[in-house]
Amino acid sequence: MIAIVDYDAGNLTSVARAVKHLGFQFSVTSDSGEISKADRIIFPGVGAAGSAMASLKRLGIDVAIKDAFHIGKPILGICLGTQIIMGHSDENDTPCIGMINGYVRAFKTNIKSKNGSRLKIPHMGWNSIRINKMHPVLSGISEDDEFYFVHGFYPDPENPEHVIGTTDYGISFASVVGHKNLFATQFHLEKSGKPGLKMLDNFCKWSP
Amino acid sequence: MLSKRIIPCLDVREGKTTKGVKFKNNVDIGDPVEMARFYYETGADEIVFYDITASSEKRDIMIDVVKRVADAIFIPFSVGGGIRNVDDMRKALLAGAEKISVNSAAVKNPGIISKGAEAFGSQCIVLGMDVKHVGKKENIPSGYEIVINGGRTYMGIDALKWAIEAQELGAGEICLNSIDADGTKEGYELKLTSLISENVEIPVIASGGAGRPEHLVDVLKKGKADAALIASMIHYGSYTISDIKSYLDAGGVKVRKSW
Repeated sequence: MIAIVDYDAGNLTSVARAVKHLGFQFSVTSDSGEISKADRIIFPGVGAAGSAMASLKRLGIDVAIKDAFHIGKPILGICLGTQIIMGHSDENDTPCIGMINGYVRAFKTNIKSKNGSRLKIPHMGWNSIRINKMHPVLSGISEDDEFYFVHGFYPDPENPEHVIGTTDYGISFASVVGHKNLFATQFHLEKSGKPGLKMLDNFCKWSP
Repeated sequence: MLSKRIIPCLDVREGKTTKGVKFKNNVDIGDPVEMARFYYETGADEIVFYDITASSEKRDIMIDVVKRVADAIFIPFSVGGGIRNVDDMRKALLAGAEKISVNSAAVKNPGIISKGAEAFGSQCIVLGMDVKHVGKKENIPSGYEIVINGGRTYMGIDALKWAIEAQELGAGEICLNSIDADGTKEGYELKLTSLISENVEIPVIASGGAGRPEHLVDVLKKGKADAALIASMIHYGSYTISDIKSYLDAGGVKVRKSW
């Protein structure tokens, strides 16, 4: 059973629909006991880090996820979930779960693209990833594939080994991070067409 | 580098698309779910649905359409038309829409933008704007005025001022429709599009006037739009999304080419 973590951080129906489409058993839950019993965990989220972290603590999910990480269960972070697994977010100056050391930083305003055009914040739309190192969840994914992003903050791991893929938006930022049994994407793989579904399928079959 | 988005627009009345679509294989399809699936599979970056159902009792039909679309496609889509309050927004989002767009309801009651943004986040809230060129006047310094009711009612509101105000209220994106260009197939309103796009921080989707692929090159380059809405040019099989994207790519516009 896959637990899709529900912690009042946005609409989870699209993640659940994508997992259902791929034919895996899942449960959308905010119960830390149920999360602890799951074989693997999907940790999505849309919204702000401060209120998300407060909900996670209130529900005891922060501890459940950290425990699952330490005993080796596959965990997938998506968007805000990918930021919450880092050490600290500049958004609302929030201490986060800290499964990967590093900060979550805001895009600076007035950033420009290589051809000099103004880049809007949030970074919203389709962009590609540069793959730093091969990972089982990236099997079948090419650098021509694009993924759907909506975010004003990005993860910045301290250890470059934890950066699996990067994306260019004025700067090059870590759009795919991972460490041991944890894999996380800043983009919404559930809304990224076939390449996104392929990654989700890879994750659901991954034995780290 | 971020791609410019190509967004098919479907008008839905009582659960059916209003214009049946003739694809290249000459099959007429009036089912919004099948059309959405076709566009998803042939390279759409996002899809916009407008519910133009007249009677409010039949609005729940749209929620059912949204649920079925959400089961069929795995790219973002938005729903507009008949959204009057936060409850209507919640229904559409829970049914699986990524974004909701508000147009005349927001003109009449701007608070709906901030309430929606607070409840669901700015990324969910698209401001739809219908705009007509009226020339510069004292209360319309940009020369572009907000209209509603399909362009029949002039609101005395300056389009640029409204775009900036909506952004401050928490709109995450603007879908900018030129009533003058709409239906002409002679190209988007480039001046209007660049005026709005250069003066807001949020992305702008250009709408109205697309007839040929070069119109999209123009609006995405000269018009500085972040995305372009298309309807009849693909609904009747004149072009595929892939044709349009190849043209854009050759014209130096970054688009998503793999799907």
